[in-house]
Amino acid sequence: MIDWSGYLGLILQGALVTVQLTVMGCALALVMAFLAGLGRLSHYAAVRWLATAYIEFFRGTSIFVQLFWAYFVLPLLGFDLTSMQAGVLALGLNVGAYGAEAVRGAVQSIGREQFEACVAVNLSRYQTMRHVILPQAVILMLPTFGNNAIELLKATAIVSLISLSDMTFQAQVVRAQTGNTLIPFATILVLYFAMAMTISAGMRWLERRLTRGLDGVRS
Amino acid sequence: MEWDWQFVWQIMPTLLEGFKITIIATLLGSVLAAIVGMVFAVLRRSPNPYVARPVGLVAEFIRGTPLLVQLYFLFYVLPSAGILLSPLVAGVIGLGLHYGTYTAEVYRGGIDNVPRGQWEAAKACNLNPVQTWVHVIMPQAIPPMIPALANYFIAMFKETPLLSAITVLELMNQARSIANTNYRYIEPMTMVGVFFLTVSIVSVFGLRWLERRYGRVER
Repeated sequence: MIDWSGYLGLILQGALVTVQLTVMGCALALVMAFLAGLGRLSHYAAVRWLATAYIEFFRGTSIFVQLFWAYFVLPLLGFDLTSMQAGVLALGLNVGAYGAEAVRGAVQSIGREQFEACVAVNLSRYQTMRHVILPQAVILMLPTFGNNAIELLKATAIVSLISLSDMTFQAQVVRAQTGNTLIPFATILVLYFAMAMTISAGMRWLERRLTRGLDGVRS
Repeated sequence: MEWDWQFVWQIMPTLLEGFKITIIATLLGSVLAAIVGMVFAVLRRSPNPYVARPVGLVAEFIRGTPLLVQLYFLFYVLPSAGILLSPLVAGVIGLGLHYGTYTAEVYRGGIDNVPRGQWEAAKACNLNPVQTWVHVIMPQAIPPMIPALANYFIAMFKETPLLSAITVLELMNQARSIANTNYRYIEPMTMVGVFFLTVSIVSVFGLRWLERRYGRVER
């Protein structure tokens, strides 16, 4: 009989790495999403162009390729990254590119009259964004951000292929050591699903929180 | 390390070989996803809650867990239950099932857009459920959702490198074996990125054409 408690500990260690990757990746993705999403709406053509190039590049090439490139090629160009750093970088930049489109879409869906009102009360462009547009737009972005966060969580599984010991990697270790395939993989599938459910529950809570008191104000 | 064009041309035939497998996996996966999505969508609308609920739960579970782990599950766990799948077949089934849960949502939207009158007319003409679906609902529901389906097939194409983890010799796997035997990562990894970017850019134009032909797509 195999003693599963030790192996479960191994998988839980991996779960911690997966959570870390997800949290840090989401943080980077959030920053990149706002930078690139607002960059695409900039008055300066160069900024717009740069943001578009970033978005198209990271959406066009596979996350898998980006991860391998960050891990194997960047060191040759003089950037030494640990597998954790490469993972966070690739995940954050990739999902950030998808998030940027959500940011742009949400800002553009805010009515023209809001922008005109800001001009009328002589707000600077920064003030317009910060105090008028973004508070309304963020609510519209939340559902998409929730989906993106779950996509990022699922994408963390591939870092196991650059030998970062996340949940999937540990499941492979357990498989190699015990010869049992069903239990490790079924366990991590359930754990991943539980994490995904946690994210979507958290997002729903955040959405309720931010829309509180706005009933009837929004169309 | 320097970029070596000669090496690029030298490895090109091997990469193209892998690219062929990538395309085959994408096409077969797309066909499967289109079928699985339709089945999921129709079953979820079943008036019998004992059918609709479990199907909904299964779809949710597949969508909430990483494709990589699902591939491992198909490739490593099923053989112990006596089901032996070749790597490519396991990969296609994995892609098809995973993206089937996404296309199911597209089908759901398409089916919801068929006016109620059509259902009532089908009932008035005394069509049975199969006839209603095959002759009335699907022919009207499918054309408007073709661009959205194509969008998911492109997303699937970008996930095919995951098949390399279950030993399918597709583009990424070929590039990795080249890199490992020659100790040169820059050219193979970058060329894989170039392949993906090229196909993505071409597919963006294809998608625009589909949108013009069949209607808007939500991205």
